[in-house]
Amino acid sequence: MKLITAIIKPFKLDDVRKAISDVGVQGVTVTDVRGFGRQRGHTEIYRGAEYAVEFVPKVKIEIAVVDTLADQVIEAITNSAKTGKVGDGKIFVFDLAHVIRIRTNERDAQAI
Amino acid sequence: MMTTLLRPLIVLGLLTLAVPAVWAEDTPATTSSAAQTSAPAADTAAPAAADAAAAPAAPTEPQLIGTDKINSGDTAWMLTSTALVLMMTIPGLALFYGGMVRKKNVLATLMQSFAVTCVVTILWWLIGYSWAFTPGSAYLGGATRALLNGMTIMKDANKITVSHLALTIPETVYAMFQLTFAIITPALIAGAFADRMKFSAMLIFMSVWSLVVYCPIAHWVWEPSGWLAVKGVLDYAGGTVVHINAGIAGLASCLVLGKRMGYGREAMPPHNLTLTLIGASLLWVGWFGFNAGSAGAADGRAGMAMAVTQIATAAAALSWMFAEWVVKSKPSVLGIASGAVAGLVAITPASGFVGPAPAVIIGIVAGVVCFLAATSLKSALGYDDSLDAFGVHCIGGIVGALLTGVFASKEISGADGSVIIQLWGVGTTLIYGFVMSFLILKVIDMTIGLRVTEEQEREGLDLALHGERVE
Repeated sequence: MKLITAIIKPFKLDDVRKAISDVGVQGVTVTDVRGFGRQRGHTEIYRGAEYAVEFVPKVKIEIAVVDTLADQVIEAITNSAKTGKVGDGKIFVFDLAHVIRIRTNERDAQAI
Repeated sequence: MMTTLLRPLIVLGLLTLAVPAVWAEDTPATTSSAAQTSAPAADTAAPAAADAAAAPAAPTEPQLIGTDKINSGDTAWMLTSTALVLMMTIPGLALFYGGMVRKKNVLATLMQSFAVTCVVTILWWLIGYSWAFTPGSAYLGGATRALLNGMTIMKDANKITVSHLALTIPETVYAMFQLTFAIITPALIAGAFADRMKFSAMLIFMSVWSLVVYCPIAHWVWEPSGWLAVKGVLDYAGGTVVHINAGIAGLASCLVLGKRMGYGREAMPPHNLTLTLIGASLLWVGWFGFNAGSAGAADGRAGMAMAVTQIATAAAALSWMFAEWVVKSKPSVLGIASGAVAGLVAITPASGFVGPAPAVIIGIVAGVVCFLAATSLKSALGYDDSLDAFGVHCIGGIVGALLTGVFASKEISGADGSVIIQLWGVGTTLIYGFVMSFLILKVIDMTIGLRVTEEQEREGLDLALHGERVE
């Protein structure tokens, strides 16, 4: 099993949700996050006082999948979240030790 | 610490440099200049003064007259104006300032405007109105209207009291109209010391300031026996009495209090410019009561005051916006709103004296000059005038007061402007206002303390002072 974590542009969230649903993903966790990458931040000016905003708002999605589905999901995210400009985000893939469904105590592949 | 205190003081000195020279000249007071005084509705007294031989002398104090002398049109407009000017402070100014502070201080900022409204109302009833708008001496009014004593209407006898400054409306309406000016002036100061003054200290400062600074200056400039009025200083709706006065008190308070913690190092962006734009818009609308209401009547001068107010405000909003666009590369919401307020401030003293073309010039100059004051001047001198009470109100007020001297039209107002005489008003207010504000603040600082603790300032005044917060 893999845990796929992707940092994407907030306005791409709906496109990504649709794309991963289409390849069979059953659930996703979404978090509003801030950070910086090569995109860097921007400058705000209020009555001449300049503030550098270093952290850019992003959305983080987390998806647990069986190994066979991982490449399809990664491809789906890549295709749907891409604009071609700096700041499109990154995908991190982790090995996932266990998954437990709390309601039924099902484990691993059955629990995804 | 000393240098940050000294540099603005030097500028203050430069601003008032012209004053001693003017004092030495000592323009003789003439009866014509007395008749030209700009107190709201003073023009009603002018024809009587000019025709003194034939008619009875113009009234010089509040008096009882027949109710048939009351003009219902004037009264209706002044009732409306009073409501408009109250709306400028609550919620106008409260929102304008509230949107500009950080989220942890928004309630405390709104609270300042609201509490000042309440406190000044009671003080005005107690003695403020009497000190400002009854004859007394050239320096302070008498106590005849303490507790609004004697202000009355007798239904069966068909008698009513009127102020000698507005003969066609009930004195009650005139007193409440002037009260709304007395409210907004101290409330404006709060912009300079936002985010760091104790609420208790603020209440005491505002109370003392209202009685010791506002009332005398209002008396000097607006009450016909006041010494600046006799000199011929023109201030139609309060550029000197309200804006220079509040702005210079703001400078004194940010110097005495010191900078906000983390000023210049931490980001302190406005938390909600939507509130600020709503506040600025309410100020703009309310200002029609402020300026056109200062006619004291529903007449042609009120109409002209309204027209020039609208035009100057638009010009200033645009000139600030374009100045910012050129210098900082983007036209900002805060910029255009600030420019509008700067224009409103600058046209205030001029509104009953100038026509539309000078209004455009006053607006353009005020927008650019206040933009520079709130950005370059402030950062060059290093004081933390948090919401630019000094940069917008004092500087804008000076621009307006001096340009009133340049552009005053005899045709519109019957008064000739003089920059030299205007300097008297500006310089006196700067010196008296700064010194008295500084002293009051120092005394409070040495007794109960002015500033919140570091922990309170870090936590935010909403929770620390009021036990409430917005989410």
